[in-house]
Amino acid sequence: MLRPRIIPCLLVHQGGLVKTVKFKAPRYVGDPINAVKIFNEKACDELVVLDIDATVEDVEPDYQMIGRLAAECRMPLCYGGGVKTPDQADRIIALGVEKVALSSAAVTNPALVGEIARRIGQQSIVVVIDIRPKAGLFGKGYEVVTHNAGRVLAVDPFKLAEEMQNAGAGEIVINAVDRDGTYSGYNLALARSVKERLHVPMTVLGGAGSLADVEQLIAQNGLVGACAGSIFVFKGGLKAVLINYPTLEQKDELCARALRAGGHEFC
Amino acid sequence: MIRIVDYGLGNVQAFLNVYKRLGIPAQRAAVAADLDGARHVILPGVGSFDYAMECFSASGMREPLERLVADGDTRILGICVGMQMLADSSDEGALPGLGWIPGKVKQFQDDALPMPHMGWNDVVPAQSTGLLEEADAGLRFYFLHSYYFACTDPSNAIAHTRYGISFDCAVRRGQVFGVQFHPEKSHGWGGALLRNFASI
Repeated sequence: MLRPRIIPCLLVHQGGLVKTVKFKAPRYVGDPINAVKIFNEKACDELVVLDIDATVEDVEPDYQMIGRLAAECRMPLCYGGGVKTPDQADRIIALGVEKVALSSAAVTNPALVGEIARRIGQQSIVVVIDIRPKAGLFGKGYEVVTHNAGRVLAVDPFKLAEEMQNAGAGEIVINAVDRDGTYSGYNLALARSVKERLHVPMTVLGGAGSLADVEQLIAQNGLVGACAGSIFVFKGGLKAVLINYPTLEQKDELCARALRAGGHEFC
Repeated sequence: MIRIVDYGLGNVQAFLNVYKRLGIPAQRAAVAADLDGARHVILPGVGSFDYAMECFSASGMREPLERLVADGDTRILGICVGMQMLADSSDEGALPGLGWIPGKVKQFQDDALPMPHMGWNDVVPAQSTGLLEEADAGLRFYFLHSYYFACTDPSNAIAHTRYGISFDCAVRRGQVFGVQFHPEKSHGWGGALLRNFASI
């Protein structure tokens, strides 16, 4: 049976790991390599590492750091941050990374997704779409943002997700900016609306406050990637830093329960 | 010494990293001479079938590897697209495959399932070959692909996985092996497979 994926998302800022709230107030939570080692021990499904400085500072990805992460990582690794060209994507894959995530560069230039897909294969391209509810008293629906939510893009997020898929993305990550670090649960309505439009795997990020939220997302969507930051780096109400992840048995039970509850066939 | 064929595609570094951790000597093979006297060869691959075949054919390592296959003393393990290249042909491309294991690479047809087939799935051994640890009932590996290997001769299928349909996720003919999944990124299950391969 193919299992839904439960994926820690690690944010890199000034060389360290951080956790943000609504993309702001980065709090240092430790050393990236050390975190990867712990997730190795816990046989984690997959890891997403996003460098949140590279795009806003307009600098090259930190290849040295990526290489060290890849060398340590015994599970599939997805790297994102500052990737703008096929050559950069090539170089990252050559370091031992499975997937390259694009965000700002892809959503502003969809042709880039296809160019990179032809080089590294569709299966290795992930597009992360940062979404939040439209601002203002009369705001309705959602808007897409880039550059750590510093810029707003005048596009329909649902059409954009489809466009990214058609352009050659092998996976779409929906990142709910307004829920980042808030423990308020995934935006299930948003997840459902996006999933209806996709045939590539979808991963949802932003808002998970407990494994119960992960379970709910899986119950709703079946085969889905449940990505989260806070719950895998903090423990308890005081948010003490503690890298954690469910055991294999806990994960299997959680997935089985969620798939049964959602009436999803075991594929 | 395990040789990892580097023809420009595939995650060579990931294999070197695993073998380094396992304490098993491994090195990159980038030119024909690097394959001299090889006993164990890994043929990785990602991306599209034709592009992979073109790159491999242009690498100068295809002929020496074909000779090693014909001699029958060298163990070869194709991974992902490197496994698909062992077949006669692929629905994904127009170029012929290497034809080392009779079979055809087909596309998944189930519209109800997300494509590519991405994530952790069960691997059920169909016969004992020493590559998979059959004693372990709970084998699982990381998959990432939209096309699958269909053996012409079912006796070449050494393990199966289910994704809508049951497909041949591991194959073997003589000393040539192939796996669709990614042992290099499959925690202890993958490490065990790569260690087993080194001792076959």
